[in-house]
Amino acid sequence: MRGIVSIAGYVPHHRLDRAEVAAFHRTDGGRGTRAVAGHDEDTTTMGVESARLALRSAPGAPPSTLWFATATPAYLDKTNAATVHAALGLPAATGAYDFGGALRSATGALGAALDGSGTVAVVAADVRDGLPSSADERAGGDAAATVVVADGSDDRPVLAELVGRASVTDEFVDRWRTPGDRRSRTWEERFGETRYVPLGAQAFAAALASAGRDAGDVNRVAVTGMHARAVRALGRRLALPAGVLADDLSATVGQAGAAQPLLEMAALVEAAAPGDVVAVVHLADGADALVFRVTEARAGWHPARPVADQVAVGAPLPYATFLAWRGMLTPEPPRRPEPARVSASAAWRSEAWKFRFVGSEDRTSGAIHLPPARVSMDGGAVDDMVPVERADTVATVATYTVDRLAYSPSPPIVFAVLDFDGGGRFPVELTDVDADRVQIGDRVEMTFRRLFTADGIHDYFWKATPVRTRSGS
Amino acid sequence: MASHGITDKVAIVGMGCTRFAEHWDKGLDDLIVDAATETFASAGITKDDVDAYWLGTAQSGMSGITLARPLQLQGKPVTRVENYCTTGSEALRAAAYAVASGAYDVAMAVGAEKVKDSGYQGLNAVPVPNDGTARTLTAAAMFSMVAPAYAAKYGVDEDELAQVLARISWKNHQNGAKNPRAQFTKPVSIETICASPRVAGRLGVFDCAGVADGAAAAIVVRAEDAERYTDRPLFIKALSFAAGSGSGLIDPGYDYTHFPECATAAADAYAQAGITDPLHQLAMAEVHDCFTPTELVLMEDLGFAERGTAYKEVAAGTFDLDGTLPVNPDGGLKSFGHPVGASGLRMVFEAWLQLRGEATPERQITSTSSLALTHNLGGYPGEMVSFVSIVGTEVG
Repeated sequence: MRGIVSIAGYVPHHRLDRAEVAAFHRTDGGRGTRAVAGHDEDTTTMGVESARLALRSAPGAPPSTLWFATATPAYLDKTNAATVHAALGLPAATGAYDFGGALRSATGALGAALDGSGTVAVVAADVRDGLPSSADERAGGDAAATVVVADGSDDRPVLAELVGRASVTDEFVDRWRTPGDRRSRTWEERFGETRYVPLGAQAFAAALASAGRDAGDVNRVAVTGMHARAVRALGRRLALPAGVLADDLSATVGQAGAAQPLLEMAALVEAAAPGDVVAVVHLADGADALVFRVTEARAGWHPARPVADQVAVGAPLPYATFLAWRGMLTPEPPRRPEPARVSASAAWRSEAWKFRFVGSEDRTSGAIHLPPARVSMDGGAVDDMVPVERADTVATVATYTVDRLAYSPSPPIVFAVLDFDGGGRFPVELTDVDADRVQIGDRVEMTFRRLFTADGIHDYFWKATPVRTRSGS
Repeated sequence: MASHGITDKVAIVGMGCTRFAEHWDKGLDDLIVDAATETFASAGITKDDVDAYWLGTAQSGMSGITLARPLQLQGKPVTRVENYCTTGSEALRAAAYAVASGAYDVAMAVGAEKVKDSGYQGLNAVPVPNDGTARTLTAAAMFSMVAPAYAAKYGVDEDELAQVLARISWKNHQNGAKNPRAQFTKPVSIETICASPRVAGRLGVFDCAGVADGAAAAIVVRAEDAERYTDRPLFIKALSFAAGSGSGLIDPGYDYTHFPECATAAADAYAQAGITDPLHQLAMAEVHDCFTPTELVLMEDLGFAERGTAYKEVAAGTFDLDGTLPVNPDGGLKSFGHPVGASGLRMVFEAWLQLRGEATPERQITSTSSLALTHNLGGYPGEMVSFVSIVGTEVG
């Protein structure tokens, strides 16, 4: 049996209140929120976070291939999946490839993974916005998701078996963005709606037919796509029984482009009971429909951080900050020099440290060195260290400060000295944190972030963020 | 491991120091020429009489040519040294050791920094190509972590500690106001200090050293030759230096309430000079008050106060100009300003003035002691270099 052996979504911490956007622009409406990537997040870092969650809840499923799909890549030419690969500490023999550009790329990658062989981690992420006051700005969302696809085995059972799938393709201009453009453009929305609704219905029907089931067998259906009006219309057109049409997350997360169908799939599987049949229909230049049967293995699978929990713990982000983070507003920068670009060779030499937060432990004294060292600070042993992983280790704030002078893409820098459970100290920046609420003794965990960009080179490294539970931090 | 020192082997026979200020009208070369000219005159010699030169500059220039060109030194051994904010002290160490070794008869140490041409506030490190994982905090933020750690360890209320820190700033501004060479020459009230805009943690602008351009210099000779140049030389009683391994940053045992590198350097210096009770045996101390919590902790690291008591001594005025041990009588980094490579020599310059009775009358210290200490540090809590010197007017 081939199917999903693990799955996870990642929803960034920040929420933009649409009412605040509407009030700013003196327009009507504006309900709900959308999720916003931190100033130090991009599709690559969010993809990493979702993949960490997916792999954590299925430790027996190391991928043999990693595919990364996004319509808003951090790099072109350079493979973003290679960064994800490094942050996950995957072996060099694990391939890493981007599926780039289009909003349909993630469902395509997932379909290929389900058709293929081996263990494939399909990582999808997107960062969506538009010009200030635009519908895309309001309705868009930032999120990521990872689906691990494999042939099931006793120690790595399939959670959700693919039982039906269909795809229809149609060439028409509804939404487009030429390379280099900052924003997407759309045709008059009624035209797209008239195309997408029948395409979606057709794909859904074909997928059910291939599964040998009918609509009444399906417990939950999610419809996704950047054409909000078509998404709503298709939901009505499918005429599903009450409670079957899933929350499309538009009131909380927004539509996260290529990542949205996988994020929905994660939410559906997380909420499903064994035996449930769930489906996702994604509208993008046609329609893709996938139907899964959730297996008995669901009962023994514990998602590391369910999508619903992440949605519940977001914190409000002022609109002005959102605009600044998106480059739509340029606040006065700190009067400090901007950082120089990262050295490619230096970064390559320290890959395990920089991308995986791997230090070293002196085998004699047990002293932990972050970053790794050759000579021990305790006893002076030389080249007698073993790697020590700390990316997934919780730490406690020993002391902290707020730096209002240092350069940051979004000042001030909140900075803490961390003591890791199991040993090791490292002073590092905190993120997704309220500077006024940090305290000595706070519990934090590591998160993969983009520190800055210079000369077009992104500086990826780790920060710490408060351990959050559904009831708050 | 041995640290023998060069007690009474070397004497300082001439010194000079520019005013520390935002010298918009002076470049590094001007500052060097001004400090060197005053220093040559002080010792009654010319540049040709100096056998070897050391220039301390942290980031205003590379190589000995940075000194040789403005002074037009031909064929002399001229070396540039750098060691964070102890750069000026390193120039003095190198010159003193060169004379003590017998390699040269006369050596000159020059410290100079042109900070204010960067266009940015504060000090900025020259970036070395790196992997992008190093922290990018300001020094203010790194040192700001000392205050809450100290308050927690010794059970001091953070607001009370803030008042104590403000008093350190107040004292140094009081002293600087009596010093025409200081960057800031007006007293500042405790209220102004406490109300200043926050820079990092609870530290405000007035908790931070002044950022200035400047230069200072010294000429050293063998002690037995000193009286050829001046009837009031300063003899080097101790020179010590300690570099940490940087492990404080990653050692869970480090608690940010002390600077072990400074305590190590102080212990070495006291051993060289035979000092057992620095609070009472010294006439004065110039210490590296880059931020107010730094001076607080240094009072303990340098042995001027027992651990956990410096805040009481500061509040009691022990380190005021008329206290038991005047600390930073020239205004310190706080109000004299901090041109990185010059500061270590500026501290010795104050000892030169005070021990020779040449300070401005309103800040001249009268003491039965003929010894002064200078302490100069570089780096950050957990990752520090530290220098201590003791100079005196008497041999033996």
